[in-house]
Amino acid sequence: MKNRLKVLRAERDWTQAQLAAELEVSRQTINAIEKGKFDPSLPLAFKAARLFGLSIEDIFQDGTSS
Amino acid sequence: MSNPKTGVKDWAASKAKTTARLGYWTAAWVATMAVAAFGPRLIWDFQTALTILAVLVNLGTGFGMVAATRTYLRTLDELQRKIFLDAGALTLGVGLVCGLSYELLEDIGLISFEPEIAHLVILMCLTFVVGMIAGNRRYR
Repeated sequence: MKNRLKVLRAERDWTQAQLAAELEVSRQTINAIEKGKFDPSLPLAFKAARLFGLSIEDIFQDGTSS
Repeated sequence: MSNPKTGVKDWAASKAKTTARLGYWTAAWVATMAVAAFGPRLIWDFQTALTILAVLVNLGTGFGMVAATRTYLRTLDELQRKIFLDAGALTLGVGLVCGLSYELLEDIGLISFEPEIAHLVILMCLTFVVGMIAGNRRYR
């Protein structure tokens, strides 16, 4: 699964640690999601969407779709 | 402690608290295990009542440690929980397979000594540590 987490974070000038604190996860988890090594659960994806004021589809995209 | 921007409770602080609590319970369990193991011989000369009490305290502390582990798991985030549970599953599998094979070795005469449970515990601890390191490296 692809995601725009890194871009959205950079637009707001947030560090991984700041985003992690907002989402109540570890910085390791934010890093793993940004690198595409770990797919977040639906509740965490919703939480990120709420934080950025976007829909889940605006942040996360199915990596297999064109 | 709260996040100044959102007011949400600091997740890291609550995790640190449950980690410390798990550490205390584990230390208490090891200490009560030592008392139950060495107390009868070295302190109270095999008095049955005291020995039973020591074993019961050790069992109770052990269950406290299990409950503390459960609470600790709940405060981990989803990636950390996955790494922990993957390492736990690996440990369970290795412990079961190697433990039964180790027991079998004596039954079929391939080793002359009686298998020690301590050897299995050491293997399981090492397997868990390796599993945790591998999991953390994978998601680094």
